[in-house]
Amino acid sequence: MILKNNYFYLAVAAILTIAPMFFGEYYVNLGSQIMIAAVFAASLNILVGYGGLTSLGHATYLGLSAYTSAWLFLKTGLDHGYTAIIAIAFTTFVGAIFGWISLRASGLSFLMLTLALSQIVWGIGYRWVGLTNGDNGLSGLTRPTPFGWDLEDSTNFYWFTLIITIVCLFFIARIVNSPFGASLKGTRDQDKRMSALGFNVWKIRWISFVLSSFFGAISGLLYIYFNKYVHPSVMSITSSAEGLLCVIAGGAGTLAGPVLGSILIVLLKNYVSGFVERWNMLLGVIFVFIVIFMPTGMVPGIMQLKDRLFGGKK
Amino acid sequence: MTIALEVKDLKKSFGGVAVTQSVNLQVMPGERRLIIGPNGAGKTTLFAQITGDLLPDSGNVFLYGQNMIGKPVHDRAHQGMSRTYQIITLFGKDTLAHNVVLSLLGIHKRKNQLFKSLPANDPLYDQALELLDSVGLKSQAHRRVTEISYGEQRRVEIALALAQQPKVLLLDEPLAGLSRDERVLVADLIKSISKETAIVMIEHDMDVALAFAEKILVLQYGKVIVDGDRDTVVNDPKVQEVYLGH
Repeated sequence: MILKNNYFYLAVAAILTIAPMFFGEYYVNLGSQIMIAAVFAASLNILVGYGGLTSLGHATYLGLSAYTSAWLFLKTGLDHGYTAIIAIAFTTFVGAIFGWISLRASGLSFLMLTLALSQIVWGIGYRWVGLTNGDNGLSGLTRPTPFGWDLEDSTNFYWFTLIITIVCLFFIARIVNSPFGASLKGTRDQDKRMSALGFNVWKIRWISFVLSSFFGAISGLLYIYFNKYVHPSVMSITSSAEGLLCVIAGGAGTLAGPVLGSILIVLLKNYVSGFVERWNMLLGVIFVFIVIFMPTGMVPGIMQLKDRLFGGKK
Repeated sequence: MTIALEVKDLKKSFGGVAVTQSVNLQVMPGERRLIIGPNGAGKTTLFAQITGDLLPDSGNVFLYGQNMIGKPVHDRAHQGMSRTYQIITLFGKDTLAHNVVLSLLGIHKRKNQLFKSLPANDPLYDQALELLDSVGLKSQAHRRVTEISYGEQRRVEIALALAQQPKVLLLDEPLAGLSRDERVLVADLIKSISKETAIVMIEHDMDVALAFAEKILVLQYGKVIVDGDRDTVVNDPKVQEVYLGH
């Protein structure tokens, strides 16, 4: 299968690396935004695609990480390196608690619990003005300069984001192809059977929730470094739903799916919206098209089409 | 000798309906025990309480002297209790080999490995192939579960249970829905299981079941009406009344 081919991945990485040399700043920034969305969607995919746990509150982890990093930088003057570590640790810790609460239920109740918890955090973002600056958000931030590398330059930031994205996707790929990943997929398909086979289903799901919030926190850091501003709307249900849309449209439970989904959503939101006033409607039409013709998402749909056209594993 | 599986005074009610009424059962190591009874007698419910899928209202379940009540389902698997299901519950999208690998992983310390991959040439897959060979399905190892017949899926269920090297194996209607030829195949497979494993089986096919069992427990309306060897059970007037209506 082509997507399993390491050479294919290397070629994609090489093309993405040299891409800024051929495109203007606007497109380079668009590329960075796609990659940030891809890390966010890939983190959600651990839960939705591999664990079968549909969450509608994942933007919490992106937002919490972004807020923590921004707040620490502005209020304590800590260096970006420290704020990043604290933001990831704090967000992952919150993810561990929220996971513990949400996983007391399953299915629709799980989804509602993730939504309810995210609404609490979103509400704090809006209403605890003394802490979060409320509707004005937190601004006045700078981008880090790791090893003297100036990320204020859009091309440098693009490369930085590309490296982080590749590292995140590499580790997510390792996780889902590990014995733990096999267990996680097993709990998605037959949870009762998995218990009978000796797996602690709750623990597997909780670990996946924590991992998901960890990678979500990384996407939050990239988000705050890119925008240098954070507003409570980043933690809204719309943001969570957008992430879910990236996963479902691209193909839940596939590595490339969330990336492809992110390309689609970010391009529609940031690029097509410049030409098409009702881009939301267009997004809806595309989503309906995907659901009808590729119900498992674009990546599985393309693979099936490829098998049908050129023959392959039946 | 320590009793392999002991059920003591197990009770369970759903609202006003008593589905398990003071059931007692003793299974010795290596024993072949049959549980029979008409539909709705509470056989599968009894299994669910033994494995921990369902909490009993009262009573105890001992596995080699260790009380299992309060222990979650996955812990019981680690203690040596394994089961098959009346309705096949396999991982349909995965290959037969991967299904067995999951079963092997279940009791393996490697199951929590996060960053080490599980490649197709992993020793666990070799073990899975051996197990599939033992149930006559090695040639199908790389096919998906959904691509094989129902009878073959039953054999995969048994391979999954055997992969855990259980001390006590609970088989819930392993012959249900099989053709005559498939029944013979699966029955022979069950007979070939090592005597190191005690087997408790629920089955409706009396010819196969009676040939298999050393002792039989008959349930009706959640109550044990007879518990004894084949002749005792077959000649018992209560059993004749339940099965023959006279």
